[in-house]
Amino acid sequence: MSVGEGELVQLIEPGRVHRRVYTDPAIFDLEMARIFGTAWIYVGHESQVKNPGDYFCTRIGRKPVIMVRGPDGEVRVIHNQCAHRGAMVVALEQGNAPEFQCCYHGWTYHLDGRLKAVPLQHGYPREFDPADPKTSMLQVPRVESYRGFVFASEAPDGPDLTDSLGYMATSLDDMVDRAPDGEIEVAGGVFKHTYDGNWKLYFENLCDAAHPLFTHRSSIEAAQQQSDAAHSDGTGEIALRQMRQNGAPYSFWESQVGIWTYPNGHSFLGDYHDDAKLVAAMNDPTFRDYRGALEAKKGKARTDEVLAVRRWNSTIYPNISFMSQFQQLRVVHPIAVDRTVVHAYTFRLKGAPERMFRNAISFANTVNGTGSLVLTDDLEIYNRIGIGLASEGTEWLQVGRGFTSDVPDAHGGRRGKNSTSEVYIRNMLDAWLAYMTNGRAAQAAA
Amino acid sequence: MKRALRRDRHPPKPAPAPREKFPPLDLARCERFLMHEARLLDDARFDDWLALFTEDAWYWIPTEPDQQSPFDTVSLIYDDRRLLETRVRRLASPRIYSQEPPSRTSRMIGNVTQEETSTDGFVCTVRSKFMVLENRRDSQRLFGGTAHHRLVQLDGKVLIAWKRVDLLNCDAPLDGILVPL
Repeated sequence: MSVGEGELVQLIEPGRVHRRVYTDPAIFDLEMARIFGTAWIYVGHESQVKNPGDYFCTRIGRKPVIMVRGPDGEVRVIHNQCAHRGAMVVALEQGNAPEFQCCYHGWTYHLDGRLKAVPLQHGYPREFDPADPKTSMLQVPRVESYRGFVFASEAPDGPDLTDSLGYMATSLDDMVDRAPDGEIEVAGGVFKHTYDGNWKLYFENLCDAAHPLFTHRSSIEAAQQQSDAAHSDGTGEIALRQMRQNGAPYSFWESQVGIWTYPNGHSFLGDYHDDAKLVAAMNDPTFRDYRGALEAKKGKARTDEVLAVRRWNSTIYPNISFMSQFQQLRVVHPIAVDRTVVHAYTFRLKGAPERMFRNAISFANTVNGTGSLVLTDDLEIYNRIGIGLASEGTEWLQVGRGFTSDVPDAHGGRRGKNSTSEVYIRNMLDAWLAYMTNGRAAQAAA
Repeated sequence: MKRALRRDRHPPKPAPAPREKFPPLDLARCERFLMHEARLLDDARFDDWLALFTEDAWYWIPTEPDQQSPFDTVSLIYDDRRLLETRVRRLASPRIYSQEPPSRTSRMIGNVTQEETSTDGFVCTVRSKFMVLENRRDSQRLFGGTAHHRLVQLDGKVLIAWKRVDLLNCDAPLDGILVPL
């Protein structure tokens, strides 16, 4: 079944979206081709492939790919598929290899994907040419790194990465600038969690300031009732602060928190945990040490500037969400129209006190953990939306909160009057429509 | 629920009875203890389960098969005592939507061995194999793996000083884990 452009345009109206956008397998297939097949997709971080031969396996949409550092130091992204019979070549998630060899008939590839050797080559037809790029593990045509974050695009042409990121590049800056040594690295393992629902639901929840008071009520109340006299090795302390913070009243979300959106579907929720409220409090000894390390490297003025950036979740559409204060990054992998896997990573700030990293791990367990007291209720929501949308009930979903009060903002952006606006969802749907119609449908002037 | 967590659960201890009054933690007692713990969890008696832990206990389900530390690598669950109390309190909340409907579990424990025992027999590490069937809404999951319990005997009562649960599929994509394993 195909979906025409005219039909796609009709699925999004001001302040509402048709449920087919989340349930129709044909639309999902189109998304894989037109969004994940063209946009800049985050693949991994350079610290995951530090040395020549280091590789890291992931996916662009549904396609398995390998991010690999070649002997020349260059990071490339190649499809994890043998050109002979199509088998997956690299079976481990990460490692180091001098070359890639398919375990089926021994076709062997250079780290950039070019074919190196084919056993029994004389048996192939005369026109078989191992130098033909078609006989390689295909390279993803465009790969660019922004300050260590590696993105790839399946489109041979198009806007370059920095154009596509626009002002949102400053959120990636915020991730890196917080490291006293100016560098971050992926560390501390990965969470992989799943739900039976559409991939877009995840992003639509991450910057949703209106849900914690309901969805997370069980953990908010349990945390509020918890005695701080009970023993903690620091883990519970971080977790409880976060859970209690989720219980901030609506007046807080409507007065102290903002939501900013930018072209191409990007957005961030900001001014949430200011440094006086969470772990990075001025009187926290870890934070004092950290600030000291930052000042020693960058000077006081620059340190003030770095720490003044207070963004909670940043979304770079269509596949990552990250937050700088606890160095978290989530990669969303669409599996099927009703199945999603999310990988959540933690970064280490080089040059920061080790305790900062330990706090980041505790925080990761709290908000991204499979057994988290918080995330489990979010997963329940995604599953319930999945179940709910499968019914033939409500045809149109409401995404209109704040619709009449959103205001234009600098850098081509648009922001909600306050954080409870669903402007970031409308902004993602605008980008969705633009990608899905190859840019032909004008972005709705929401 | 709140009542169950009050500090008077752990009233000031009277002077400890002479230790020789209590038998050491032999394999049979350890096995009985593990089965008792499993039964409490299957019966959703989470308060009673919490009462099995010492006041500075920790409970850990790593994300990696040979994970060395809960502090430098993320964990499916890593709770100190304070967070464990919060986890158990939340499980009794009428607003824990991820347990609406609640999970039902059925556990089997086997291959129990004592790995390490103090000379007086009052502290030991017990290794066991487990399988947990979990049913919720329309689906059933099967967890399995190895558990380590550090058991201590205080005034004749067996308590858990720490518990580590190594899931066979600890590094696989998973839907949320609600009921403790």
